[in-house]
Amino acid sequence: MTTRTPTSAWRTVLGIVLAAVMLFPLYWMLNVSLTRTQDLRLDPPRWFPSEPTFTGYRAVLSQQLPALGTSLLIGLGTVLLTLAVAAPAAYALSILRLRGRGTVNFVLLVAQMIPAVVMAMGFYAIYVRLGLLNSVWGLVVADSTVAVPFAVLLLSAFMSGIPKELLQAAHVDGAGVGRVFTAIVLPVSRNSVLTVSLFAFLWSWSDFIFASTLNRNGDLIPITLGIYRYIGNNTTEWNSIMATAVVASIPAAILLVVAQRYVAAGVTAGAVKD
Amino acid sequence: MSTTASQVGNPGSAGGTRHRASSLPPTRPPRYSGQWTALAFAAPLLAYLAVFYALPLYRNIDLSLHHYTVRAFVRGDAEFVGLDTYRRVLTDGTFWPAVRNTLIFVLGSLAVQYATGLALAVFFRGTFRLSGLLRALFLVPWLLPLIVSASTWAWMLNSDNGIVNALLAALGVDQVNWLTSPTAAIWSVTLANIWLGIPFNLVILYSGLQNIPADLYEAASLDGAGPWRSFWSITFPLLRPVSAITLLLGFVYTLKVVDVIWVMTTGGPANASTTLAVWSYREAFGTGQPDFSPAAAVGTLLILIALVVGLIHLRVQHRLEEA
Repeated sequence: MTTRTPTSAWRTVLGIVLAAVMLFPLYWMLNVSLTRTQDLRLDPPRWFPSEPTFTGYRAVLSQQLPALGTSLLIGLGTVLLTLAVAAPAAYALSILRLRGRGTVNFVLLVAQMIPAVVMAMGFYAIYVRLGLLNSVWGLVVADSTVAVPFAVLLLSAFMSGIPKELLQAAHVDGAGVGRVFTAIVLPVSRNSVLTVSLFAFLWSWSDFIFASTLNRNGDLIPITLGIYRYIGNNTTEWNSIMATAVVASIPAAILLVVAQRYVAAGVTAGAVKD
Repeated sequence: MSTTASQVGNPGSAGGTRHRASSLPPTRPPRYSGQWTALAFAAPLLAYLAVFYALPLYRNIDLSLHHYTVRAFVRGDAEFVGLDTYRRVLTDGTFWPAVRNTLIFVLGSLAVQYATGLALAVFFRGTFRLSGLLRALFLVPWLLPLIVSASTWAWMLNSDNGIVNALLAALGVDQVNWLTSPTAAIWSVTLANIWLGIPFNLVILYSGLQNIPADLYEAASLDGAGPWRSFWSITFPLLRPVSAITLLLGFVYTLKVVDVIWVMTTGGPANASTTLAVWSYREAFGTGQPDFSPAAAVGTLLILIALVVGLIHLRVQHRLEEA
């Protein structure tokens, strides 16, 4: 922290201006979502929704609720699968010192570099045979591939920082490897588990590539695909499209407010490597 | 590498609570039990990597080496053509435009995102009222579903009714066909992508700044160095490892981007905003007739590019650490 800030007032003002510029697209999304259809084509556009309408939101609630539910289900499924795979593995890598962990870490780094479109093609080819296309579980598996390498790297970075005295004490008290994991390592790692869950959920909630390739014709489509189809069908009703966009942003907004510090921690952890 | 990890691993987040992973030095606890136990805990991950990474990747390479038609795809009796598909892709009329667009999109995004993120990080380094809250607000664009941001930008850049052209008209600038002109389209999607990437750059670079000791700046200012001078002599050089990671991750993420471009322009008009990733997506899923073999071949090229850049990065970092 620098200490020489005698003119901090102008910094606050400048900061507010910068944030306003940065967040302008979000304001515009909100503004358009409340604009009446006949006002959408005004030139110049209105800066404020002077006569707000909720028709867009009514359309969302009547048409997109199932998609929101599907996304919620897929998001939670992705979180569970990611944690189930990543947490024990991180324990093995960081505390049990699995032999060959360098190789595993390298593989995880490389895995993060594989473009989603490549994974989508591979999954498509496999799912066609297995009949897993257009299924919620198929999408959960595909979405988890984005989060798993990140989760293992983040959790093992955290776990290797757990004081070894803590682990030794438990060991001396007679706790076995499994017990140390469930009774000490997992509770102590709670914050990083939350960070990982947050990101796994947000990534799967935001996923478009897997949704548009692996679940495009299902009965249960996620909200991103819902918006995409909406755009395709209603190019004249941008208020409804933007209303859906606003609703689809709600989880991110909630998570930002509730779990802000985990977000910052997680973005930074994206850069953690071993 | 632990130096890098601890340098960037300290978010000093907006809530003021530090993430413990980063503040603790890595310890090396003794081995508790045999390797078999460790292996048992790692087994789900190893199985997962084999089934959900290796298998799709294998299928991808398999697709690129055979001539897959839709029929062959379902029946699984595609003809083996070796590197023929790669030859076709490299000589395709879309290849060079896609390479050019990928270069503009990736390098343009990286340069502006990084510069803006760094400027903002330095700005937020000073303490002032609301700085924590404002910094948190800067994260929002990063958290939204890409399709939400992309469709918002698409409407803002709309030629006839978009707010951007309305603003330009107020300034006396002629209307720009942002998304429908062959010259502007790639820059428009790059602009939206820059906006999306600023939060990421800001957060990582900001946490990198937190690890530069304040007394260095005090010493510099005693020596009469102005803010500009201390930035170039202290901040920028000491931030180099963090910058390298930021740029590498940014590169890898930007190279893969499909959804932003697809939602805004579907790679058009013609191929004016088609990058390699978008090209691959379009061949496989974007038209009524999937053509998986060329799509898979382009996908393999993308992986190779990401790997080469990743390896260069590792080498450079290795050398930095030895120096």
